[in-house]
Order: sequence, then structure tokens, then C-alpha cells
Amino acid sequence: MVAHAQTIHKQRHPLLAFAARWLFTTNHKEIGTLYLWLSFGLFFIAGSMAMLMRLELFEPGIQFIDPIFYNQVLTLHGLLMVFGVVMPAFVGLANWQIPMMIGAPDMALPRMNNFSFWLLPFAFAMLLSTIFMEGGAPNFGWTFYAPLSTTYGPPSTDFFILGVHLMGISSIMGAINIIVTIINMRAPGMTYMKMPLFVWTWLITAFLLIMVMPVLAGVVTMMLTDRHFGTSFFDAAGGGDPVMFQHIFWFFGHPEVYIMILPGFGIASQIIPTFARKKLFGYRSMVYATISIAVLSFVVWGHHMFTTGMPLFAELLIMYLTMLIAVPTGVKVFNWVATMWRGSMTFETPMLFAIGFVMMFTIGGFSGLMLALVPADFQYHDTYFVVAHFHYVLYPGAIFGTMAAVYYWLPKWCGNMYDERLGKIHFWLATIAVNLTFFPMHFTGLAGMPRRIPDYSLQFADFNRMSSMGAWLLGLTQVLFLYIVIKAIRKGAKATDQVWEGAEGLEWTIPSPAPLHTFQTPPIIAEDAVH
Amino acid sequence: MTSLAGGLKSGLCVLIVWSVPHAALASKFNMRPGITEMSVRVQQIHQMGLWVCIIIGLLVFGVMFYSMFAHRRSRNPVPATFSESLTVEIIWTLVPILILVAMAIPATTALRDIEDNEDSDMTVLITASQWKWHYKYLDSGISFYSNIATPQEQIDNLEPKGEYYLLEVDNPLVLPTNKKIRFLVTADDVIHSWWLPDFAVKQDAIPGFINEAWTRIPVTGIFRGQCAELCGLKHAYMPIVVDVRPEAEFDAWIESQRIAAELAGEAAVAARAKTWTMNELLTIGEATFVKHCATCHERDGMGQGDKYPALSGSEIATGAIEDHLGRVMEGKADTEMQAWAPQLSDLEIAAVITYERNSWNNNTDDIIQPITVYEAR
Repeated sequence: MVAHAQTIHKQRHPLLAFAARWLFTTNHKEIGTLYLWLSFGLFFIAGSMAMLMRLELFEPGIQFIDPIFYNQVLTLHGLLMVFGVVMPAFVGLANWQIPMMIGAPDMALPRMNNFSFWLLPFAFAMLLSTIFMEGGAPNFGWTFYAPLSTTYGPPSTDFFILGVHLMGISSIMGAINIIVTIINMRAPGMTYMKMPLFVWTWLITAFLLIMVMPVLAGVVTMMLTDRHFGTSFFDAAGGGDPVMFQHIFWFFGHPEVYIMILPGFGIASQIIPTFARKKLFGYRSMVYATISIAVLSFVVWGHHMFTTGMPLFAELLIMYLTMLIAVPTGVKVFNWVATMWRGSMTFETPMLFAIGFVMMFTIGGFSGLMLALVPADFQYHDTYFVVAHFHYVLYPGAIFGTMAAVYYWLPKWCGNMYDERLGKIHFWLATIAVNLTFFPMHFTGLAGMPRRIPDYSLQFADFNRMSSMGAWLLGLTQVLFLYIVIKAIRKGAKATDQVWEGAEGLEWTIPSPAPLHTFQTPPIIAEDAVH
Repeated sequence: MTSLAGGLKSGLCVLIVWSVPHAALASKFNMRPGITEMSVRVQQIHQMGLWVCIIIGLLVFGVMFYSMFAHRRSRNPVPATFSESLTVEIIWTLVPILILVAMAIPATTALRDIEDNEDSDMTVLITASQWKWHYKYLDSGISFYSNIATPQEQIDNLEPKGEYYLLEVDNPLVLPTNKKIRFLVTADDVIHSWWLPDFAVKQDAIPGFINEAWTRIPVTGIFRGQCAELCGLKHAYMPIVVDVRPEAEFDAWIESQRIAAELAGEAAVAARAKTWTMNELLTIGEATFVKHCATCHERDGMGQGDKYPALSGSEIATGAIEDHLGRVMEGKADTEMQAWAPQLSDLEIAAVITYERNSWNNNTDDIIQPITVYEAR
């Protein structure tokens, strides 16, 4: 039998062997790679959609895409960026890094790991296929408020619902896997308070995921039964409540935005100490701050709904709780600055992206604080000020965080250094373009431009033109990023095991490129070792 | 400490430089204060939040930039080894809390006043639907629809865009000065949001809910806003215009509207009595179609995709008259095709149906008289 199996194996067509390797892999590094490439591919698709919207918004009037298609592109851009780009990128990084950082041989549940990845291509194929359907793709924004998405939604809404279910199942399984791995598979001697901060932030993120993804699944299921099985959860005409949709959605949605930033906090907390050649300042307070942010994220969902006619008491309570989030977030920023303080810094590309992350995420945090002030929120709500706010926390936050991580760990993954000069050019172009795109949106929002419109009055034209030019530059810049990554994978200066002079942690003790199987015998962490 | 002092000094310099053009350019770069007492207060809260953010930002970024300059390897080859200090952690937890409390106080008092809807002098019921506003003055019973007035040609770039492109309506909401006006806001189909920046009023219009807001306007003038919640295809084309007049003028306007409503009633009776010719109906019908129907079904009657079907050659527009009449008057449930019976007069409905049955590829030669519509109501 053994001989027989071997002959079959030999006769396999190389293409088949390639497909089988990636389809059936249970290796955490290979699955991490799959996640990252999926995210990268969808990043270009969703980014092209943003560039298409900015093309239409270059001037007042309708020039390139009609309002019907604009609303579809708007919706898919948001859904893909949230569920297809940021989340898979972070899960990919977790897959690659968490076992290597805690000294484990693999993830705890490798087959489930394979399944949670392979659900995603089907989920996104289904979501993208809606563009070609009768009635078009979902057109109600990524927040899919009822009744626009239920009673008035296009037929393709059902594909959207099924797609969200698949993504949700994938996320829940991924999160369970990460929690089980971190709790059970740490190397002997690695206590919780010795875990690298990237591992800590992902542990907390994973708990957020298993708590809120079922809520999302619940709300889309209620939509499905409203659409097809005669229920009226969100239909006022049947005794239902459209505002309840928003409560349930944002109970998922607000923790979700922290799911998209906490691993980024972890990445910055790994990179800044490395290039400052100085230990992370206030490790414990960083852990406690992350936990505080996660806990608070469950009690502030109402700040997305201040204009729905909430009672005064609820408005006040949620305003105070939301403002409170600024405290642990501030602690994190102060700790990063204190880590840099009196260090011995160099500014390789990962460090540049990490510093860009801290600064521009903070700008997004500032506008978040302003949005918490309810009377002012009445003026900001659903304007471009909000668009500016969440793009500042997501682009220079989540996306720059991911890019910093890729530059930081890529030499470990592929064994080659990336082109440092091109990396720096990438950073500066991306930073200029991000600010050119999103900073003017603060002004258009304050001047009164509502979000989610394909056409606008003449007073907003100047800033929109700037944003459009910035967005195209930003999109093109990422082609350079793709080139840098491929170039490093194909060839480049050999990376040492240590890679970065100031780097500390288990992943730097193994060879570069990291062999497929690492830490099959766990390393021993000395008692006096620190995180 | 030198760095902190340096950071403060540079921060102050930037503040001074920034605040000079700031006042002049306020309208372009900043939230405008609006015209009501409340909108001015809201703008002050915004301004307070902005200053707090700018000052903290300058301090933090100042320290960061100083550190990046002074603590680079070429200047500071040996890094320090400290990595903990409970004292500073406590300080930078408590100080922000104090700043937040200071910010929360004015926000709380303003919010309390914003939510105080008591003792109003008059009430306007605002009902949103795709994609227009309906205003009803509950004290006098006057009501009307308010549609976008920007011609489609300007949107399609066939004509130069006017000064108030996308911010002009056929029937503005007329309000008096110096009265506490209560708005009741609701919607017929999906969620919309009634937003007038100069009053600092933004209230979601939600089907099944009646939300409240209020304003008191000290000056006369024309003020413009837009729908602020994604409400489907024409969300960008749902402007709000408020025409504020002195109280006496407002009362006269109410009276003129009452008379106009009576005259419209008499005209409707006269319209029913008359037998209209095809040409008369086609002229009125075309105007009605362009204003209300072309949004979705297009001027050429070809519609837009599957969702907004073509009328040219359509089964309904060339089939039985009763079906066509029923569809226009009652709409189609759960779609953007709304019931037009409450929105249009008998003559308008008769004319638009006649127009649809005799335009483009439709040549039914049917003439529908207002009396038919009247009887169908």
C-alpha cells in the first residue's frame, strides 16, 4: 500500500501537486501566507473601487458612474475593506507570528485553520458575483441599515447575507484557534505577562471576535427572515423596529472597529522598541489599556446613533463612556513616545510605518474624541468629517500597521531583505497620499457635505478634487508595495536570523527563512527573561 | 525638561500663526457657527474640542519629533534602559480624565437644552420619502411636498451648473423668526435625516418613529441643507431649503397658502368638468413626468436597469388603463414606486398617464380625463 501511494504521488501533475499543497495545507505558515495574499488581492479590488468613486467625485455632476452603480461600489468597497482586507491580513499575521512568538510548533487546531481560510475565497467570490446579478450588487452601504437593506434591498442581498455568514464562521473559527493556541501552547516559562504584545493584543481581539461575530450572524439572519419568511423584526409596518437593527448592528460594529485596530497596536508595540533599541515602556499598562479599550468597546455602540432620537440619559451616558476611551488610548500613545524617548533610533521602513501609524492614528483618535461630544456630533454625523475620521484610523492605522508588520517580518518569512530604498519611497508616497486624500475630507465635512453621495454642490469642489488626486496617487503607490514584496520574495540580500539589530523575541532565534516546521521541541524561557 | 519647554514654545508659535488666517478662512476650513443661539453654542463646543485636540497633538507630536531628532542613533548611540514608571502612568491617566471632565460639562448643558422640546409656539411635521420632503404645519393644516429644483440637464453636465446646484427646491419650508418651532420628523419608506447645518438640527426620519427637534431663528434669510442618511438611489438629490420670514410676513404667507389651497380645490372641480384635448394633456403630462417620474424612469422612458423599468413599450403603460391608473395612484408595495394619488392632482395624474401612453414607442391614442381619476380615488 505504501509503495502504491508513493507511485500515485510521483505521477501527480505538478499543477495538481501545487493545488493540493495549498488546498490541503494545515501548516500555520502556509495558511498565513494564503490569508495575506487573499487580503492583498482584495486590497487592490476594493482600492480600485475607491478610486472609481473618487473619479466620479472629482467634479460636481454625474460623469463616469451613475448613482445606481455608485451605491453598489460604495457598499462593496466598505465590506471588502473591512471583512476582506483588514481582518484576513491580521489573521494572516497571527497565523505566521503567534506560534513563532510563543514557541509553539503550529496552531492548536490546524485542520480547522485550513477550513477557516478556505471559506473566505468562496465568501468573497459570492459577494463580488453580486455585481453581475440582476438588480445589481448590494447598494445600502456597509452598515446595511434596515429597511433600505430589507424591504428595499436588491435580490442579491441574500447572497450578501450568506457571504457574511461564511466570513463570520471563518472569523469565529480563526478566533477560537488563536485563543486555544495562546492559552495552551506557550513555551514552558512563558507566562502571560511575558507574552509579546502582538500576542496579547491578538488574544484580546480574538475574544472580541467570538463575542460579536455571532451578533452579526444574528442580525443578518433576522434580515433574511424579514425578507423571505414574513417576520417583521425591522419593519415598522409589521410592528418591528428599524432602530433595533442599528442597536444590534453597532453592538457588533463598535467592537469590530477595535478588532481592526488592536492587532495594529500590537505591531507598533513590537516594532518601536526594536528600532529604538530600548524595551517597550510600560508593558503592563499597555496590556491593561488594551483590555480596558476592549471592555469599553461593548458599551459605546450608541455613539453611532446619536441622531436616531435617543433619550437624553442614553446620550449622556454614551457620550461619557465614549470620551473615557480616550484615556487608555492616550496611555498607549504616551507609552510609545516614552519608548522612543532616549532610545537609539534608526528609521528603517518598518519603523517609519510604525511612527506614521502612531501619529496618524492619533489624528483619527482626536476626531473621534470630537465626535463623542453629542451636540457637535449632530453636525458631524453622516458627513465627510466622519469619513475622514474612520479613514484616518483605518488607513494609517490598520493598513499602515499591516504594512509595517510585512516589512518587519518579511525577511523572516522569505529569507531575503526587501529593497530598503524602495520601502522608504513607498512610505513617503503613501503618507503624502493618505493625507492628501483624507485631510481635506475634514473640511468638506465641516462645511456640510453629507457622506455617501455621488454628486455634490459647487462649494465642495476644491477639496474633493484634492481628495480624488490623493486617492489615485494612494492607489498607484500600492502597486509599488506589491513590486517590493515580490522582489524581496524572489531575490534580495540574505537576511540574518536576527534580521534587526534591536529585535528581541523567539521568532528571531530561528533561521531565516523560517523553516516550515519550527519549535517542534519547545524552547525554555528563563525565569528572569522579560517579555 | 528642555524638550517639553521647547515643545510648548513651538506649539504656541504654531497656534498663533494658525489662528490668524483661521478667523478669516473659518467658513472654508471650519464648521460655521450658523444663525441660531443653539448653533453658535454647538460651534463653540466643536471649537473647544478642536483646540483641545490641537494643543495635545502639538505637545505629543512635538515630544515625538524632538525625540526622533535627538534620540537617533547618530546622536544618541547608547539607549537608556528605563522601561517603567508608575508615577508617569498615573499622571497621564489622571490628567486626560480631568481634561475630559472639563469638556463634558459644556457638552452636557448644551445637550440638555437641545433636547428640551417643551413650550413650542408652532409645530411642523416633516415626513421624508424617496426622495422628497413633505411639510405639514400642524397649527394651520397647510401641507406640501418639497422636491429638488435643479434640472437634470445640470446634473448630466449638459447645462452650466447654477449657484445653488443640488441645494434648491420647488417649495421651500417657510418659517417665522423668533418663534420656538418644534419639528416632528418621520419617514414613509426608508430612513432619511433632516439636516440644516445653520440651525444645528439633524434628526433622523425613521419609519414608525416620530422624532422631535426644535429651533428658534433670530434672522430672516434662505438656509440650505441636505438629507444626511443614505436613502437609496437619489440620496444626493434630496435638498432642504428653509425660507425664514418676519412673523407678519409668515402669517400672510400662511393665509395666501390657505387661499391657494381653496383655489386649487375650485380648479380641480373645474378641471373635472372640462373635457381636455390630447395636446393639452400631453403638455401638462410631460411637465409632470419630467418633475416626478423621470428621476427613475428617465426622460426617454427607457428606465434604468431592472429596478426602474422602462415605460416605453411596457405592459402596464400599453395595457389596460385601470392597471396603469392603479399603479400610478397606489404605487407598487416595497419598491421605490410610490403612491402618487396623495401627491398629485386629478389633472396631473390624468395628464401623466395620457403622456405615458402616447409617448416614445407607446401609441395607444388613449385619453384619460381628470374625472376618471377623481372617480378612481
